Amino acid sequence: MGMTVITPLLYWLSWIFLLLSAGFFIAGTVGMLRFPDIYSRLHAVTKADTLGLGLLVIGLSLRADDLYSVGIMILIWLLVMGSGATACQLLARYGRESEGDTEADDVAS
Amino acid sequence: MIILATVLLLTVLFGLWRVLRGPTAADRLLAIQLFGTTGAAFLLVLAMLVDIRALRDAALVIALLAAVLSAALVQYLRRQEKSN
Amino acid sequence: MSLHEWMLDGTLGLLVLILAVAVLHVRSLYISIVLFIAFGLLLALIWARLGAPDLALAEAAIGAGLTGTLLLAAYGRVSERRRKAEEPLDWHAGPALLLSLIIAVILMRAVWPLPDLDSALVPAVADQMAQSGVGHPVTAVLLSFRAWDTLLELLVLLLAFMAVRQLLPSLPRQPEAWPLLQAWSRLLAPLSVLIGGYLLWRGSADPGGAFQAGALLAAGAILLRLTGLLPALGWHHFWIRALILGGCMVFLAIGVAGYWLGTGFLGYADGWAGPLILLIEVFATLSIATTLTLLVIGETREVRE
Repeated sequence: MGMTVITPLLYWLSWIFLLLSAGFFIAGTVGMLRFPDIYSRLHAVTKADTLGLGLLVIGLSLRADDLYSVGIMILIWLLVMGSGATACQLLARYGRESEGDTEADDVAS
Repeated sequence: MIILATVLLLTVLFGLWRVLRGPTAADRLLAIQLFGTTGAAFLLVLAMLVDIRALRDAALVIALLAAVLSAALVQYLRRQEKSN
Repeated sequence: MSLHEWMLDGTLGLLVLILAVAVLHVRSLYISIVLFIAFGLLLALIWARLGAPDLALAEAAIGAGLTGTLLLAAYGRVSERRRKAEEPLDWHAGPALLLSLIIAVILMRAVWPLPDLDSALVPAVADQMAQSGVGHPVTAVLLSFRAWDTLLELLVLLLAFMAVRQLLPSLPRQPEAWPLLQAWSRLLAPLSVLIGGYLLWRGSADPGGAFQAGALLAAGAILLRLTGLLPALGWHHFWIRALILGGCMVFLAIGVAGYWLGTGFLGYADGWAGPLILLIEVFATLSIATTLTLLVIGETREVRE
């Protein structure tokens, strides 16, 4: 795991970020199971999980061997952030459209 | 690290319950988003754990495909609703 | 294996079983497709866990992305009546289950000894790597040692496309895409070209390659077409035809040239292996991407005209 170049401080710092990220992934799933309607549930998956991934990328970057992997991981995170934000909107509009509430949808788009 | 990877998988496992149960169509589509984000996270952890760099490329591909697929799915399903 | 590894593998196994059962047993066809895509993504994770990044990439791009989109395209053309008629289980299930069990036992006999098997092929490939012209063993096998197989794969894809083209009903008219979706696909399409190109470039030294890259390019093109940003694509365009046939033709031309130069069919002359493989891969990628795009969103206008 390339431990040789990592100082103990960075190592423990990375664990803090990794634990936080696990917390957000768990929170996302709890929200997905417990929230009452589809719109809140959309936020649980697209926001909490995206934040979890961001924290995970930070945690893993702190112990990465080279900048190349850090770059790829940040690119993945940016992509997931964009995808999460957009998919949330798309799915919410789709959910509303399939409920038959097209009037409000026209205003929104 | 292995435990972290297992926890990520478990969040998918429990999230799957919502996907299977619904009730709305958008709930089902959340599956793609769930697997995309958490799957990419799992691959990143695994890449660090077993030290295979190519797994990060796989995570990138999964993130991109999840984005494309959920967008394409919404557009396809809208067509269905309209044509009925 | 430690307890933790057992837990990880157990969770993966449980997930794949639940998804497999769910794909077959959900009520509506479209939920089944969504779950199948999730199933493909999960298989990619399992290949990654088994230490096979090549397969993980291929499964993610082809198994989940491409097959998922193809199923969706088929779903878009299935009539409403057919979509809901089927009962998930009827009397056909008995014989089918028996047949599956027999096949499973046969497969089990083939797969069981694999972990203990020391294949003679691995050292043989490692021996010849220097002559292959590329740095990644999987690419060397696919395009140098067993280029025949890859050429035939391309021909199979071409045949499949020809068959589908005969049957393809036209898509129902699609509603106008939301501006948000259009803006998002304007962003995603160049990204898919970029990442597809990256996979193609990586293919010479690391996991990646023409099929994965082609699938990503196709994903971008399909999204653009679905959101109405691309005009209708069809076989009647000259460049589409050229792109689709280009992969096989370049491959065959290089193969025949090898025969003519005395290195045998698909044998590469000394020092030329690297560039020739790259040439084949670029044309194969474009051909695969165009074929897959047309398989999903191809129009059959020339029939009506």
